[in-house]
Amino acid sequence: MTSSFPKLLSATLVTLKLVSASLLFGIFLGTLFAILRTGKNKFLKAFSYYYSYIFRGTPMLVQLFIIYFGLAQIEYLRSSFLWVVLKEPYWCAIIAFALNTGAYTSEIFRSAFETIDKGIIEAGKSLGIPNSKIFYKIKLPIVLRQSLPAYGNEMILMLKGTSLASTVTLMDLTGVAKFIISTTYKPVEIFIVAGSIYLLITFVIHNIIKFLEKKYSFNN
Amino acid sequence: MELLKFGDSGWGDELFFATLMTLAVAITAMLIGFLFALIFTPLKISKNKTLNFISNFYTTVMRGVPELLVIYLFFFGGTAAVMYVAKIFGYDGYIEINAFVTGAFSIGIISGAYSTEVFRGAYLSIKRGQFEASKVLGLKTNVSFFKVIFPQMLRLAIPNITNVWQITLKDTALISVTGLVEIMRQSYIAAGSTRDPLLFYSVAAVLYLFLTFFSMKILNKLEVYYRRGY
Repeated sequence: MTSSFPKLLSATLVTLKLVSASLLFGIFLGTLFAILRTGKNKFLKAFSYYYSYIFRGTPMLVQLFIIYFGLAQIEYLRSSFLWVVLKEPYWCAIIAFALNTGAYTSEIFRSAFETIDKGIIEAGKSLGIPNSKIFYKIKLPIVLRQSLPAYGNEMILMLKGTSLASTVTLMDLTGVAKFIISTTYKPVEIFIVAGSIYLLITFVIHNIIKFLEKKYSFNN
Repeated sequence: MELLKFGDSGWGDELFFATLMTLAVAITAMLIGFLFALIFTPLKISKNKTLNFISNFYTTVMRGVPELLVIYLFFFGGTAAVMYVAKIFGYDGYIEINAFVTGAFSIGIISGAYSTEVFRGAYLSIKRGQFEASKVLGLKTNVSFFKVIFPQMLRLAIPNITNVWQITLKDTALISVTGLVEIMRQSYIAAGSTRDPLLFYSVAAVLYLFLTFFSMKILNKLEVYYRRGY
């Protein structure tokens, strides 16, 4: 149990990298698709609806496998510059995770956009504030604050989701844990160590979100 | 399209049975989850601090640790645990638990943690007046629970239970690592032997979408049923 600890700790770094990269890309995708979804263009609206429907309706494992195993089959892709990215399991995992969390994030942001009080926007307009400024200075801060609790949950789900990276040969925390379990045959001990590391990260995320919620609370 | 034909030449029938297997595992896991919820929800609502701690521990761990890790725990540890128990009863041979049981149990224990939270939330949002009214009417505790409180809990719980079902259904894809032949595993086998992963994983995605779509339709009907009178 003690000898496996350093290995698991270095694997934690891989997990953290995967989570932060996918969340970073995911938040951009989420914002983009939430804006498209609440926008006026019917085609883009439908596109973002089906994007989020498909990615939320299928398991992330399928998405990961399509990107990692499936795309490699297309001859055209293999000769293009995209192949540099797609041949790496690391980037495939990040692409799959980002697309997945992007779908969930877009739903979170969309519902936050829809709850904005119309009076606030009208007040901004009647004060003569330009539309772009209304978006950045009024809408976006409200949306971000409104979606903090739900986004916190999504971050934790994503942390758990990165464990799937171990199925495409990446040695993240779960991957290393599985490797140690199958060589030492001590499932309970390794589960406790790896599980505690995951819980610790969850705890940290939970508290950061709680702090932010308090800091940006509407009531003070 | 040739590859998806039913019969010997195609993978259509294999994928069909794999879909049934996914459904079977998901439903079993959901029911096991309800059993866990049945045990842990009362513990969570009770005023006893120790009991609260036990059920909070259960829901926190199961919702905070990746599903894959839980599956590995039961996959590698399950056989050893069962053999240990059997030894106490004097049986020394090797016992192998099949992949279905391991899978359904590990997904079930996770889904139970989510269900516990849902039922707790539903119980807590029932108005105190309902409890007092049934007391004033002189209803026995079990009658008041099953005839007054529980139906109202269902109304509040079903929309969230629908979410738990979605999570559980998608989690079953992870059981493929134990070798149980459900949609994901069957696609993996088919993709391996035909060298056409793009097709088979896309088919898998479509099958999952199909399952989520139709189960949502059914569950929404159920939701309407339990909302009658509101």
